[in-house]
Amino acid sequence: MSGASIRLTDVRARYPNAGEAAIDGISLDVHPGEFVVLVGPSGCGKSTLLRTVNRLVPLEHGRIELDGVDTATLDPVAMRRSIGYAIQAVGLFTHMSVAENVGVVPSLLHWDRPRIDARVDEMLELVRLDPARYRRRRPSELSGGEAQRVGVARALAAEPRALLMDEPFGALDSIVRRTLQRELHDIVRATQTTTLFVTHDIREAQRLADRIVVMRSGRIESPQSDFSRELFSDE
Amino acid sequence: MSYLLAHPLRIAALTGAHLALVAAALACALAIALPLGLLLARRERASRAVLALLGAIYTIPSLALLALLVEALGLGPAPIFVALVAYAQFVLVRNVITAIRTVDPAQRDAARGMGMSPLQQIARIEVPLAMPIMLGGVRIAAVAMVALATLGGYVGAGGLGSLIFMGFTLHHADEIIAGSIAVCSLAIAIDVVLRLAERTVRAN
Repeated sequence: MSGASIRLTDVRARYPNAGEAAIDGISLDVHPGEFVVLVGPSGCGKSTLLRTVNRLVPLEHGRIELDGVDTATLDPVAMRRSIGYAIQAVGLFTHMSVAENVGVVPSLLHWDRPRIDARVDEMLELVRLDPARYRRRRPSELSGGEAQRVGVARALAAEPRALLMDEPFGALDSIVRRTLQRELHDIVRATQTTTLFVTHDIREAQRLADRIVVMRSGRIESPQSDFSRELFSDE
Repeated sequence: MSYLLAHPLRIAALTGAHLALVAAALACALAIALPLGLLLARRERASRAVLALLGAIYTIPSLALLALLVEALGLGPAPIFVALVAYAQFVLVRNVITAIRTVDPAQRDAARGMGMSPLQQIARIEVPLAMPIMLGGVRIAAVAMVALATLGGYVGAGGLGSLIFMGFTLHHADEIIAGSIAVCSLAIAIDVVLRLAERTVRAN
């Protein structure tokens, strides 16, 4: 199971009713299995860029290809099921158990029950949550770190071709954060899932990334620019 | 009180008819309000316009509305049924909109981002999460409908209202009191049952 390539060509997008474009002139090639981290100050458009890939934000100009196929030609709902999605607020469904949350996309894809159950256990073990203890828990019974582990397990459950993560560890304390970064690094390397990861934490970017892309004011900054250099200097 | 004790079967039959009228009207009202509310929850301007219209209907004096409906539909259960459905819309639609809008945006974003279709987002995420608040609205509407349905007695729709209006015509305070107690008891019973349902849903 290897990841998809993601190619963005001259992408522009804006949120509805927004004046200035949130992102403009974005071109980016992500290779299969590559881990690309988008960094930049808040409001720089990195989250918007991430959300154009699974078409939560529509394109105004340009194109995005997944394994060479223009995503505009794909059914957005079906495409999203093939792309893992994890966000800072986690968004675990509070009326479902942990197992039901992890099994959401497999069940949308009509996997049969035994296969979903087996996959849920496998995923929980992957993120180091004992299935016997955690399967039946409600999201309200989880710590922040546990909830985000479930979020990662949920994003990976249906063997996605790509993974989109928007500050998934942003709300966690630094110790839990370090552990989860290490585990995510190992998991994604092992599964070779192509990953786009958004953060404003340079250290986190450096720990995780194969490649770091710096954004500012809706555009990609050259790594040689003063802005990028300053970002990577002391802190 | 004496009438109540002397005619328990008659009271029970009238209460049953009253409940049946309210239940049918509530089911019909929900069949309109639920899809309407779900549709309007994402449309700020349209929802304001529709709520203004439903609010205007809500303020029409019930006796006047009923008189107009009798002109149009004749005597019997039809006019009170329509009046009940019309009055309930304001409370129910507003409540569905509010309930859906309180759904955690992160859960909504996750549902969409993970590939749920718009219908799946509504059926699997938004409605279950909004259910406790929606049930609260159903409870308030149902209790108000029990009281309002009493007017049905005036237009030949049966129910506990007919007992009260008979007492009114014959100057029998006993029947008025018996009917009123039965109406109040029914309203309280419905309130209690739906409160329990709300609590059960919340606990899940």
